[in-house]
Amino acid sequence: MVDTLVFIVAAVVCLVGALGVVLARNPVHSALMLVMTLFGVAVQFVAQEAHFLAAVQVIVYAGAIVVLFLFVIMLLGVDRAQSLEMSFLPVQRWAALLFASGSLAVVVALILAVGEPVTGLEAMGGALGSTDDVRLLARSLFSDYVYAFELTSLLLVIAVIGAVVLVRKPRETDAVVAEDRGDA
Amino acid sequence: MEVTTGWYLVLGALLFVIGGTGLLIRRNPLVMLMCVELMLNGVNLSFVAFSRTLGDVGGQTVVFFVLVVAAAEVVVGLGLVVAILRRQPGTTADDLSALKG
Amino acid sequence: MVELVWLVPALPLIGFVLLLAVGNSLGEPRAGWLATTAAGASFVVTLVVFIGLLGRDSHSGERSYELVLFKWLPAGSLQVDAGFLVDPLSITMALFVTGVGALIHLYSIGYMHGDPKYSKFFLYLNLFLFSMLMLVFGNNLVVTFLGWEGVGACSYFLISFWHQRESAATAGKKAFVTNRVGDWGFMVATFAIWSALGTVTYTEIAQSPAMATATGTAISLLLFVAAAGKSAQLPLSVWLPDAMEGPTPVSAMVHAATMVTSGVYLLVRMNNVLTDDALLIIAVVGAATALFAALCAVAQHDIKKVLAYSTISQLGYMFLAIGSGAYVAAIFHVITHAFFKALLFLGSGSVIHGMGDEQDMRKMGALRLAMPITAATFIVGWLAIAGVPPFAGFWSKDEILLAAWEQHNIGPLLWGVGLVTALLTAYYMSRQVILVFFGKQRWDEEAHPHESSWTMTAPLCVLAGAAAVGGVINLPLVKDWLVLEHFLEPIFNHPHHFSSGTLTKIALAVISVAAGIVGIFFAVMAWLTKRIPNDRLEPEFLENAMYVDATYARVVEGIGTSGFQGTANVDERFVDGAVNGIGKLTLKIGQLIRPAQSGYIRNYAVGVAMGALVIIVLLTWGLLR
Repeated sequence: MVDTLVFIVAAVVCLVGALGVVLARNPVHSALMLVMTLFGVAVQFVAQEAHFLAAVQVIVYAGAIVVLFLFVIMLLGVDRAQSLEMSFLPVQRWAALLFASGSLAVVVALILAVGEPVTGLEAMGGALGSTDDVRLLARSLFSDYVYAFELTSLLLVIAVIGAVVLVRKPRETDAVVAEDRGDA
Repeated sequence: MEVTTGWYLVLGALLFVIGGTGLLIRRNPLVMLMCVELMLNGVNLSFVAFSRTLGDVGGQTVVFFVLVVAAAEVVVGLGLVVAILRRQPGTTADDLSALKG
Repeated sequence: MVELVWLVPALPLIGFVLLLAVGNSLGEPRAGWLATTAAGASFVVTLVVFIGLLGRDSHSGERSYELVLFKWLPAGSLQVDAGFLVDPLSITMALFVTGVGALIHLYSIGYMHGDPKYSKFFLYLNLFLFSMLMLVFGNNLVVTFLGWEGVGACSYFLISFWHQRESAATAGKKAFVTNRVGDWGFMVATFAIWSALGTVTYTEIAQSPAMATATGTAISLLLFVAAAGKSAQLPLSVWLPDAMEGPTPVSAMVHAATMVTSGVYLLVRMNNVLTDDALLIIAVVGAATALFAALCAVAQHDIKKVLAYSTISQLGYMFLAIGSGAYVAAIFHVITHAFFKALLFLGSGSVIHGMGDEQDMRKMGALRLAMPITAATFIVGWLAIAGVPPFAGFWSKDEILLAAWEQHNIGPLLWGVGLVTALLTAYYMSRQVILVFFGKQRWDEEAHPHESSWTMTAPLCVLAGAAAVGGVINLPLVKDWLVLEHFLEPIFNHPHHFSSGTLTKIALAVISVAAGIVGIFFAVMAWLTKRIPNDRLEPEFLENAMYVDATYARVVEGIGTSGFQGTANVDERFVDGAVNGIGKLTLKIGQLIRPAQSGYIRNYAVGVAMGALVIIVLLTWGLLR
């Protein structure tokens, strides 16, 4: 019973947050709504005994990524509201509508057709085992996925270097930039 | 009423669809990036649910990698956004079509 | 110690890579010393490997060591390893390749002095040495082919090294294209061997049962085509004289001592697939080439052209030896020839260098006073090639003539051709020595001929020593003194033995020495003392190499040009039409679907979303049904 309650509350939080991200006019609000969703998802992780991932979700996503978003928003000062009007891509709205309704229809069809356990497997049945998930995850990461794991570290380094290069104030090309601004 | 795997999957699908729709209708590049995060979270949720159901920690491992890749993606994406917006403040995704065919 | 064999090609490769990276900044002369060090170290390692091989028992097959580096082409039943084979044959080749190579590297330091592409020259030399060692040490036909192509490419680079000169660029192209014909033979032979024997590894080929005669002959002839291309045998000999456009050290190393002998090496390596019919053809072609080139050499004025034709002629000797079944004699001559021909080429290079890039012998004369070391060493080389005992050339040439005599079909004829060639060789070499070093001075005082620096004369002296006493490795006087023959014995399934009696042997040797002396005597009469009028001794017919080149050119111009014209027409009408049509069609389609590339990222996102939706719907459909 508690499980159900937790699920419903967290799901509502998630969905409201997600809709908020999409519909809020102010990007700051969007970012805060994203935090809400992320917390909801973290709760769902906990409910499924993925404690480590829940922690990472909060620390990395809410703690780092969203903060990064907010920093950028503040840095650029784009906190003014933007309308949800389509600019000049008229297909866009209808396409989005089609995508949303189509996907929803598929989900609904699946639930109706398959009924309870969507996967056809016993729901919430097989536990991951007696050991806790952190130990399991660590063993998996440092044995089967060790190369992928090492590669992700490389990826992060590349991303950092890329970001530094991207946002570096251009020195030699200052004149060109100024010219471009004048044109715009 | 017992919570089953299906519920989590539906929630994940909804998050994914909302994120995807947002990506299609919003034109602020920052919000578009946030919508991508929503989609990734929907997928993550499904992965964890399956991991739980099948008793296989592989699903959680994938989620871990998705988190890392998402972090890298946001760093580079935001770097691009900053670089673009610094040149032309107030740019939206619809103002950029230099690669038009 | 044998296991160190991989170092032998690795060292020049390291030299090559280093020169590629920092060659230009090293500059002169350090780039040259680097390359020379690499080549010298390679020689030292070869010596170590050689000593290691000597330490093994010669009878139980232990003197054959294979080092497999990695599986190169593991494709079904075709298994090709990248590996080395160390056995008496390959180590013999490697010893003189690295030894002579190192000396020529040293020589080049002085010779290339002041050249704007100084470091690049040594880069090519090191790459050449590496390729040549791959060719020699490869444990199967494919690795050898790799080296084979490598030396071909290096030869091309080095011939057209001074490519600003159009003649050099053309000569490079000519060598490359002519070599292609031989490479074709090599490739087809490799394919045929694989399909006939199911292997391309030398040790396995050596142990395979005999093939059907027709197949064996076809493969032998294809291998001979390959060897004829690389070793400039008729009718593919035309490239070698032109190759003299390259710098003289290149002529000495690539086009006299090492690369051109790789054809001989290939045939000796594959000795147990060569059939009797093919051997006869090889012998005849070899003898014909020897005579043809010797005749051409008689009438040349360019100091290097004489040596070039002489090289072709001596290579003809080697093929004559192979055709007569005397593989050891062929390898013996390869070695002695490497010594004295490298010596002669380097000597001519020293002369050219000292004369300020003058190559015409008519403008030389009396140079022995100006460059005594060069003259003395050149004379040693001359005596060696002329077959004067006890110099190296005498022993190897004599053995070949003996083998030709014993050839069971047309032996005396082959021997006769060989003898005439020996006479001619003595004559034209004497003519060259007299024209260059003796007689009256025919150069202007401004030429200031001078002796070269020590880096150039030192290799000359070493090679002169080798050319003088190189014959000791295979003296026929006592059976135990046939060192080379006993050393090489394990690689032959059916070792060749001379059947003639001692008296015949001595008689043949006396006759060949007599022929050499007659040649020298005639040259002295004609060119030094001028007792014989010499104005008709250089017929134009021979100077132009019997118009073989011109005939090729005419054939290519006649049939070839019309053929090319027809092809060009077809190309213009149909091929170009089709290509342009496809291009235009693509352009039209592109115009049509161009708007799809709107540049708006969200449009693309819609595309992705719609595609995803379609896939999801299809999957769901399949799942629900």
